[in-house]
Amino acid sequence: MSSLINSIDFPYVLGALIKVAIFWITIMIICAYAVYAERRVLAVIQNRLGPNRVGWQGLLQPFADLIKFIFKEDIIPMSVNRALYVMAPVISLVPAMMVLIVYPFGPDDLPLPGGEFLTQVVNDLSTKLGLGWNVDLRTVDLHVTHFNVGILYVFAMTGLGVYGIVVAGWASNSKYSLLGGLRSSAQMVSYELGLSLSVVAVLLMAGTLDLTEIVRQQSGWGGMRWNIFGGTSAGEGLKSLAMAVPAIFAFFIYLISAIAETNRVPFDLPEAETELVAGFHTEYSALKFALFFIAEYVNMTTVSVLATSLFLGGWNGPFINVFPWLGPIYFLAKVFFFLFLYIWLRGTLPRLRYDQLMNFGWKFLLPAALFNIALAATIAVLVY
Amino acid sequence: MEQFAQIQVSHLFFLAFASLAVVAAFNVILQRNPIYSAIGLIVVMCSLAGLFLTLAAEFIAAIQIIVYAGAIMVLFVFVIMLLNVREEDAKADRQKYLKFLAVPLFLALIAEVMAVLKTIGNPAASETVPGAVETVAEGMFTTYLLPFEATSVLILMAIVGSMLLARRESKEETDEIEEALTVANQPTPIVEESSEEEVHA
Amino acid sequence: MVPLSWYLALSAVLFTIGVAGVLIQRNAIVLFMCIELMLNSVNLTLVAFSRFLGDVTGQLFVFIVMVVAAAEAAVGLAIIIALFRTRETLNVDEADLLKL
Repeated sequence: MSSLINSIDFPYVLGALIKVAIFWITIMIICAYAVYAERRVLAVIQNRLGPNRVGWQGLLQPFADLIKFIFKEDIIPMSVNRALYVMAPVISLVPAMMVLIVYPFGPDDLPLPGGEFLTQVVNDLSTKLGLGWNVDLRTVDLHVTHFNVGILYVFAMTGLGVYGIVVAGWASNSKYSLLGGLRSSAQMVSYELGLSLSVVAVLLMAGTLDLTEIVRQQSGWGGMRWNIFGGTSAGEGLKSLAMAVPAIFAFFIYLISAIAETNRVPFDLPEAETELVAGFHTEYSALKFALFFIAEYVNMTTVSVLATSLFLGGWNGPFINVFPWLGPIYFLAKVFFFLFLYIWLRGTLPRLRYDQLMNFGWKFLLPAALFNIALAATIAVLVY
Repeated sequence: MEQFAQIQVSHLFFLAFASLAVVAAFNVILQRNPIYSAIGLIVVMCSLAGLFLTLAAEFIAAIQIIVYAGAIMVLFVFVIMLLNVREEDAKADRQKYLKFLAVPLFLALIAEVMAVLKTIGNPAASETVPGAVETVAEGMFTTYLLPFEATSVLILMAIVGSMLLARRESKEETDEIEEALTVANQPTPIVEESSEEEVHA
Repeated sequence: MVPLSWYLALSAVLFTIGVAGVLIQRNAIVLFMCIELMLNSVNLTLVAFSRFLGDVTGQLFVFIVMVVAAAEAAVGLAIIIALFRTRETLNVDEADLLKL
């Protein structure tokens, strides 16, 4: 058994767990306030007030909502398939949450304030307990892990989220739910193609699938060499600007597909309330509904994080080399920009019809993404 | 037994994923309701992806989840829901003796595995670790370029074939649908009015 | 490192379960899933050998097997839908006529 204990790198596991906890809380707070922001911004767009009673300007509203969700009666309708009905919200939330281990929140080797002291304390403690750890907390990487296939991992996990919706629609034993689930699975599978193919143009520039590495490559030009400006590690000077053309096309294809992938207005056909009541979660209430709700916002955050990291330079920005702690601030600001964009679109655009949605996805976005890959490859060959 | 003396975390991962895969595989074949079978198969595929990770095949593990769990199985679930398949009550009666073939087949397979293990022994893992995207891509686009291109032709054939098969048979039926679609596609003032109201509401 | 024989044994077990499924199930969709299960178990063998021999070829085989499985699923499910339209059953024993 001692070989088993020796084969575990405890400091690494503990560090990863602490980071996961911190990032998880961050994401939860982002999601909670995205919901609040959505209600307030929509209210401004529609010329009304929105929630402003709980706390100053309604800032405690997310917590009030959470308490309400927890204490409401958890109704399970008679004729549902019980096991699948209970499983569905979990299936939809867990893969969405699993993505956050590859979010690049900030640069590597950030100097941690008070790191010297912490290192001393932990090492002293481990010597006292005879654990023999030798940790270095003077600098910290703001990501849980990074691996060779980071982006594929993100796509794999977001792809699994479809099952939550499909299973919810099927298990609810209601025609609105079933139709919502079927529509949603068809829509997500269709738009996943546009989403992943638009990313290929950026991958051609980056030459890697590792999310942290892609962000690191965009740190040139004083932190402004973002992929959307044609920034890349391969080309030099003005010539590399040519790559900006496919990158900008890819950015817009990505953005549209991402909105459809997360079932948001104007592509929110699966929950079109005028036709389908509430789509796949018609029969859900209380905490189970809240899980679907959180999953939707976590997915929105994920596609925003991906857009930020792939196109807008991730944590890069002006003065990043002087003040490295600006990194996470830039990162969160960019993510919030995308979340705001979602809300803005919701307040502006009417919903598409289902056949329009499918035609747009298959007959416009997919060919456009394929053409864009060819364009990016051609420019890459000509320029580099 | 000396293998068990040096047990490591990777062994635990293997055992966890392997037992999950076997239980889920039994679930696939023993359930009456096809949707439970499909969920079982999804679990098998995800745990196989975990096993691929213990073999350092990162790319294949990711592709396993994206292609199998994320695309193929969605198709299965979609068809099951679309056809609204009920649980099959009638068990097979015509071929009820056929299942006893499974036992000799299983024994034959065990014998085969034993024979293979005898010839190759129990080799140590190789020093080079294939599995990163770069190594897979290098093989795919150099030595095995022709099979790779051939699979793309295969995919194209599958697309055309499945569309041909799933197409409705009679001409009148398709004409009817097309007519309904053209009517639906014509912009009517009612649609515009209602959408505007929605914005103000 | 987990020994190679463990992977091969697991693969054999999964393959056998797949075969058993083909023999005991009558639902066309579940039969299809059993075939996918067998393909998956073979994939495990290929990846395991690829790791232990240090040769990437096995993983390329897996990639091609996956493509074939995807093509097969698309065509097979289209056939199943066509079958269900004409016969309104998925029991493969009842689809025994060579005409509609």
